[in-house]
Order: sequence, then C-alpha cells, then structure tokens
Amino acid sequence: MSALDTRAVVTGSAGSRPPRRHRPGRRRGEAASRAGRYIALAVMVIVLAGPLVWQLSLSLKGDGDDLYARPPQLIPTDPTLQNYADVLDRVPVLQYVLNSAIVAVMAIVGNVVGATLAGYALARLRFRGRPIALGLVVAALLIPIETVIISQFLVVRGLGLTNTLIGVVLPTLIAALNVLLMRNAFAALPDELDQAALVDGANAWQRFRHIAVPQVKGVITVVAIFAFVGSWNDFLWPLIVLSDESTFTLTVGLNRLRGTFTDDPTLIAAGTIIALIPIIIFFATLQRFFFKGLESGGLKG
Amino acid sequence: MSSSPDTIARREGAPSRRDVRTRQQALATHRWVATPWLFLAPALLVIVCFVVGPFFSTVQLAFTDSLLLKPGEFVGLRNFERLLGDARFGTAMLNSTLYMLVVVPFMVFLPLVLATLVSGAGRFMGFFRTAAYLPVIMSPVIVGLIWTNLLARQGLVNEVFGTLSVIAQPIPFLTDRWLLLFSAMFVTIWMGLGYYMVIYLAALANIDPALYDAAAMDGAGRIRTFFSVTVPGVRNTMGLIGILSSVAAFRVFGEVYVLTGGTGGVGGGNLTMTMLIQREGTGLQAQTGYAAAISLVMFVVLGALLLLQLILQQRQANR
Repeated sequence: MSALDTRAVVTGSAGSRPPRRHRPGRRRGEAASRAGRYIALAVMVIVLAGPLVWQLSLSLKGDGDDLYARPPQLIPTDPTLQNYADVLDRVPVLQYVLNSAIVAVMAIVGNVVGATLAGYALARLRFRGRPIALGLVVAALLIPIETVIISQFLVVRGLGLTNTLIGVVLPTLIAALNVLLMRNAFAALPDELDQAALVDGANAWQRFRHIAVPQVKGVITVVAIFAFVGSWNDFLWPLIVLSDESTFTLTVGLNRLRGTFTDDPTLIAAGTIIALIPIIIFFATLQRFFFKGLESGGLKG
Repeated sequence: MSSSPDTIARREGAPSRRDVRTRQQALATHRWVATPWLFLAPALLVIVCFVVGPFFSTVQLAFTDSLLLKPGEFVGLRNFERLLGDARFGTAMLNSTLYMLVVVPFMVFLPLVLATLVSGAGRFMGFFRTAAYLPVIMSPVIVGLIWTNLLARQGLVNEVFGTLSVIAQPIPFLTDRWLLLFSAMFVTIWMGLGYYMVIYLAALANIDPALYDAAAMDGAGRIRTFFSVTVPGVRNTMGLIGILSSVAAFRVFGEVYVLTGGTGGVGGGNLTMTMLIQREGTGLQAQTGYAAAISLVMFVVLGALLLLQLILQQRQANR
C-alpha cells in the first residue's frame, strides 16, 4: 500500500503548496472537487455494499415486517433470527459448509505443496526435459477449464469418483497458474543462495526445504488464498460432479435455495448471509494479502 | 533464473584445483537424475490427467457421436455441421458474444475511474478499497441469489422505482429475455469492478508523479488530467484488462445460471456457451461427442483471446 500512498501528494488535495495561496478561486475549486470525489465514493459504496446490507436486513425481518413496504424499510421493525433457524432446519446448510471446507482444505494443501515443489524444480534445478515440463504447465494455463470439463468428467467417472469430494477437488488440486507463480518466486531468488548451500553439500531437498521455501512464504500465502477462494466459490464443476445432496458443496446446495424458497426472500437472504460469513471473516483477516497477490501478478483469468 | 556458476568461476581468474571442484559441484544442482521429476510429479500428474489429457480427448470426442453411456464412432465433421443448424448454439454464441461486447467496455473504464477515486491516502480510502473488493471474493451463486432478491417482481429495485413513481408496472428483470441478459451483465460488472480496480491501482502507482505535477502546473483540471496523464499511463494495463475481461465474459456461467434458476431462461433464450456445454454434456442423456464439439468452438474463441493476452504480457515484461 505504501507505493499507493505516495500518490496522496498527487490526488489528495490539501492546498499547502505556495502558489495556491495567491489563487483563492482555485482553492474553492479544489474543495468542490474534493466534495465531488467523496460523493462519487459514497455512491460507489452504496451500489457495491448496499445489496449486502439490504440482504442482511431482509434476513432479519420477521412476520411483523411488510417486505414490500413503500418506501422500502431498511431497519426491521420486527427483528428475528427465525429465518436463520428455518433455513438451517430445512436445508442442510452446515453439511454444505463442512463439505466446502473439506474440499477447500484439500485444495489449499494440494496447491501449496504441489505448486511449491514443481515451481522449485522448474526454477532452480537444471535437468534435461525442463522445457517440456514448463511447456506442459504453460499449455495447461492456456486451456480454459470450461472447454475440457466434459472430458474431465469422463476421467473422474472412469475413476469412480463422481459424487465424492475427492472428485470435486482433483482437477484443481494443483493449478498451473500456481506452479508458475511459485516458479517465478523461486527464480527471483539470488543464485548465491544455492551456491553457498551447494558448497556445504546440501542436497536438492535440503536446499528446497531450508533455504528456498523460507524466502517465498509471502507467495505461498497468496497461492493458499487463491486456492481457498477458488475452491470455495467454484460452482460449475461441483454442479457437474455431485448429484447426491449429502455431498453438495455450499455453492451447489445454495443454488437450490432459488428453487426451494422462491416466494420467501427472507429465507434466501438468511441462506446467503450464512454462506458469506466465513468468506468475509477470511477476507477481513487476510485482506492485505489479497491486494498483494493481485499486484504480484496473480491474475486469474 | 539460470544460475550462473560458470560466470562466477570464470570471474575468479585462473582456476585453482579447489575452484574446479566447486565448479563441478555447482554445475550439478542435484545428484540423482530423477530428483527434479520427483519434485514435478504431483503437479504434472494433475495437469496431464485433468487438463492437458482431457484437452486431447475433447478434440478426439468432438469428431465422434459418443454418448455418455455409449462410446461413439468417428463421424468426421458431422457434429460441427449439426452445430450450424442448432438454434440453441446460435443463441448461446449470440448471448456470450453480446456479453463480451457489453461488459468489456465497462470493465475497462469503470474500474479505472474507481481506482483514481480510491487511490491515495485520503481518510477512509482503505475502507473504500475494501468495500469495492468485497463482491469479488463472493461466489457467483451467492451474488446471483442476492440479485435475484433485489431484481424480483417485488424486489428492492422495483419497490424503489415504484416509490419514486418512475414506473407503473414492475420491470420484469428476471423474466424478460433481454432484460434478464442485461441484468446478468450488470451483476457481472458489479462483481468484477473491484478486481480490475486493484490491478489498476498497481498500474497507477507506477505512473511518474512528476507528470501530475506538470499537468497541475499547466492548469489542467481533474478530468483533463485523467485523460492526458492517467489514461496514457495505464494504456498497457487497459489492454490487458480488456482481454482478461473478454475471456471472463465469454465464459460466464454462474450468474446467468442462478438468475434463470438453472433453466437458461424461457425457451433457453438466455443460454450461454458454458451453460450449453453443461447442458449437452452432463446427465444420463449426455451427448458427450456433441458437447465436445461445442467445447472446441469455445476453445478456439478463448484460445485466440488468451494468446493475445500472453503476447501483450510478454511485451509489457520486456519493457
């Protein structure tokens, strides 16, 4: 963020520079433009966060509330947690959450371990066939998942893993993007690091584990976060693989709220709020890594 | 990337016996031939089995009449001929293309405006950045449900319009074919703004502050500065985001699926390419060969866009 902060001088409008003292009209213009900026920001917050706030409000509205009052009422007059109890009672939301969590943990472990190992080999070990290995990873990056999803399904079906959480996680267990992220991180380390350890007789595993990995912990965190968010939010693939309600992940399960409770927006609202709580907590705690990850080139297309 | 023990050894002048030994050790990054492949094995296994392998079997399937429950035979281009006459394919292609054409300009410009607004250290800027990013981490399913509530016949949007007496009848956001498509596009934009905003923030940080000072000196206003300093300064990023958002828009699935309740709209009028693949290729009646042919068409479109992105990125990296 500090790099961004330096721009305060530019975009911030504290009028402390000498020439401005002689131009009062200009200063008034600055104040107006600053006000304009905050109005624009307020509109942005209303549009982006408003729907969430409204959803929260809906989820708390009880029988005494007129859902269709004009003008719409944000503050519930008859606040209740009954909607949450109803959703939990009628839809196994906690089971979905548990399933999603299991898939997410597997995805995090798989991506962190698999991508780190592969990234290290591609960046710091020299061997015949390295261009081929790198080529495979780059090729995988260029293949959009939707276009191979039918064949993926046939593979998972062939393994007898449809309708299992393993089947859900397998195709994204180690993502090509993460391998390349780790490769770039390891490649950026200075060569001297390896040289010294080589002289001391450290083997590849020791250099990986004790010298290289501690240097790239930041990028590993980014990989873990992307793996979590990607897996937690994935919808198309679990929708295809899972058919039994007991194995549904959160997205597949919640999708059914649309059909089950069409007439009761308060129940849909309560369901979505339950689903949002984990990801919002996660985001709030690890916020700075999200922004860092995107800036370090973790572009997910 | 390439470790350079050679150059180090050379720089040290005439090689003593000790240098030679060091050099030999340094040349071999590992003792056992299989070591690198052990490091690579898990990743390559997953990538080959679930991405690269399936790609080749998709290509192969596309030229067969395979069904899920019955392996097919080679039928040449028959699947592709059938595509040309399939109205749903036409609809899906049209919807996905429209999606791209409408969504992309918004994704290129709005986040840049947002980024200029929230950059800097003004009070609350961190809060604004977080607020803008929040929708990005939410699943399209959740977002779809939230907007289903908001856009319903008696949802908040219609009630607000009704209160303001802008409309006499509720607007059928979720039932009219075109309104639904545009609603979904709006939802996609809503979700994506924060993501591209963060990419722009990084690009903005790289613009030389002296340029802004010069613009201020010349008496350029905020808008003028935006168009003559900010926009040229992030031109490369704009190209990149244009392609990233094109690819994302063409692949759209979750929002449309949820907003249509999984039906693809009345008469399938809101099917997108990904929805069509999911429809044709799954379930017991799945026509895997035909679905593979649709996948291949989609691959060609996306592949062209992705290649363009790689080239752009390469050019930027070389700068």
